[in-house]
Amino acid sequence: MKVVLQNLTKKFPNRNKKAGGEVVAVNDFSFEIPDGKLVGLLGPSGCGKSTTLFMICGLQKPTSGKIFFGEDDVTDLPPENRGVGVVFQNYALYPHLTVRQNITFPLENLKGEDKLTKQEMQDKAYEAAKLVQIEELMDRKPNELSGGQQQRVAIARAMVKMPKVLLLDEPLSNLDARLRLQTREEIRRIQRETGITTVFVTHDQEEAMSISDVIVVMKDGEVQQIGKPQDVYDDPVNLFVAKFLGTPPVNLFDGEVKAGTLYIGDDAVLSVPGAADGAVDVGIRPEGFLLKEDGALCCALTGVEVMGRDISVVSTNPHAQSKAIRSIINAENKVDTDAKDVRFALKPNKVLLFQKETGERIYF
Amino acid sequence: MEKNKLKGWLYLLPAILFLGCFMVYPLIDVFVYSFEESYNFASQTYQGTGGFNFAYVLHDTYFLQAVKNTFLMVIITVPLSTGIALLISVGLSSIKPLRRLFQTVYFLPYVTNTLAVGLVFMILFKKTEYTDGLVNLLIHWFGGESVDFISGPYWAKMFVMCFYIIWVVMPFKILLLTSALLSVDQSYYNAAKVDGTSGARIFRKITLPMISPTIFYLVITGFIGAFKEYSDAVALFGTNLNAAGMNTIVGYVYDMLYGDSGGYPSYASAAAIILFVIVLTITCINLLISSKHTTYN
Ligand SMILES: Nc1ncnc2c1ncn2[C@@H]1O[C@H](COP(=O)(O)OP(=O)(O)OP(=O)(O)O)[C@@H](O)[C@H]1O
Ligand SMILES: [Mg+2]
Repeated sequence: MKVVLQNLTKKFPNRNKKAGGEVVAVNDFSFEIPDGKLVGLLGPSGCGKSTTLFMICGLQKPTSGKIFFGEDDVTDLPPENRGVGVVFQNYALYPHLTVRQNITFPLENLKGEDKLTKQEMQDKAYEAAKLVQIEELMDRKPNELSGGQQQRVAIARAMVKMPKVLLLDEPLSNLDARLRLQTREEIRRIQRETGITTVFVTHDQEEAMSISDVIVVMKDGEVQQIGKPQDVYDDPVNLFVAKFLGTPPVNLFDGEVKAGTLYIGDDAVLSVPGAADGAVDVGIRPEGFLLKEDGALCCALTGVEVMGRDISVVSTNPHAQSKAIRSIINAENKVDTDAKDVRFALKPNKVLLFQKETGERIYF
Repeated sequence: MEKNKLKGWLYLLPAILFLGCFMVYPLIDVFVYSFEESYNFASQTYQGTGGFNFAYVLHDTYFLQAVKNTFLMVIITVPLSTGIALLISVGLSSIKPLRRLFQTVYFLPYVTNTLAVGLVFMILFKKTEYTDGLVNLLIHWFGGESVDFISGPYWAKMFVMCFYIIWVVMPFKILLLTSALLSVDQSYYNAAKVDGTSGARIFRKITLPMISPTIFYLVITGFIGAFKEYSDAVALFGTNLNAAGMNTIVGYVYDMLYGDSGGYPSYASAAAIILFVIVLTITCINLLISSKHTTYN
């Protein structure tokens, strides 16, 4: 089922009464989540991701705007009537109940026609547990499980009623790096298998990019960009999005456009025919550098890190906005580690120009 | 390792000495006295050993009355005070405006002197030549007969006594229960709400188990406190509790030692040991039940 968010806005009264006014947690959020897709909601801490999720599931009422599930307006519907499953940031597994009791808990709330027999509940719980591969852990208490297992229990509990929409709030933030990788694959698999429309909140761009069909990048309650992960990465609309996506992050330089040519310092690095003259921020993706003897961009070499398939060349440039420039280069290239300078040619489609004041993208 | 152990004991020594002198030794002494017939403090003599003291105490009508009174107080006040405190705490934590004010109001009895509270109860309940007390005024209002709560029928006295005890222990219970309620993570409630759990079920299946350690703590300490009831009875009915028929076990012990008919340390010791056994048994039962029901901590 698709989920439509229409001009969704949430304002909180300011907690600090003296400051007055209000906090705009989410501002004019419009988006249609396509049926059966996994959407990654991405942004730095405090940008309103959880608030958006809470509005979708009905735990918080939007200040203005509407929410539709399919064709139905659910804006004023209480959470239990929306048919959503939620995995909370800290899982919120009931510590005094076993895994089995945790998973059957939502089923026991069903009333009237939907009421299930004990056996049906057990069967459904088992099915859900099997989906996340925890069927051997059914009689344990949450504190006897590892973080990853707890997380799966939380997913099983959210899935047991077969919700129409599944909402996950930073479900991997408590896990270690390896488990995180494993579990996100798991979530992807479960989502594919069940085809449930899913919203996945995270502040980790890598996580969002790797499993989402569509990502939504937010900042200060405002949507910055919506698109397929690769498209957003290749074609960010502004400096914030460019900086937020990608590891290692994009390299930033102070540059200047003069008569259709981009200069970094005195180096004329690229021809940018469509751009107007003036100072610009230049973002170059790490994979946008090519080692070349007569390359236009000259940097002082500080080190080379071998990563097997690739090598990472670390260098400095007086016009770079960060201390180190990281470029990822195919390992077939040989770098003379004793050399003082390296020279790079640039891949035009990996070079991004932004306006100095607004951070808006300049296309060329 | 050995050295560390020694150090540990060394650090514990002051506490052990202190407790040994002022708690363990007297306890043993009381135990010994309780088996010595007609022990005399002044001459430090006794006439024989055996269970005579226990037999005497257990056949003393004053003691039996005291046991009955104490048990009634325990059985009435512990569940009632805990239950009412829970109700008030749930109410307190579900309201936003004026919560602080209410919390303060409910906490006032805790910082008020027992005797001052006793005075208030006198105004409420005591019959004098000039007035029948506030409560009797109310009873009159509704067309009832006035009751002498302080020196009238047994049930009326017991009612005032229990009312008083509940009133005195309530603030502490409310304090602990509200903080226990507030410490339950909001996300459990969010999760339950999303799953369409009814309010009653949330309370029964989530809130209660989450605060059950606090509840059990309050019940256990409540039992112990109620069994040791004495000063509140004095505040209401004066020092001659036997005459009022409102004596408690601790009161009986005191009377046997220092009361008008006092001077019987052996009987007092026997009564104290009986109380000790009762409290120990009840506490063990409590702990057993609580360990079965609070697997979560
Ligand atoms: N109940 C509330 N009252 C007042 N302000 C709130 C409330 N809830 C959230 N906010 C504010 O709204 C903004 C967005 O909060 P939100 O929890 O949605 O952030 P988030 O993107 O989920 O962050 P994180 O990644 O840290 O979880 C924050 O500035 C926060 O302080
Ligand atoms: Mg959040």
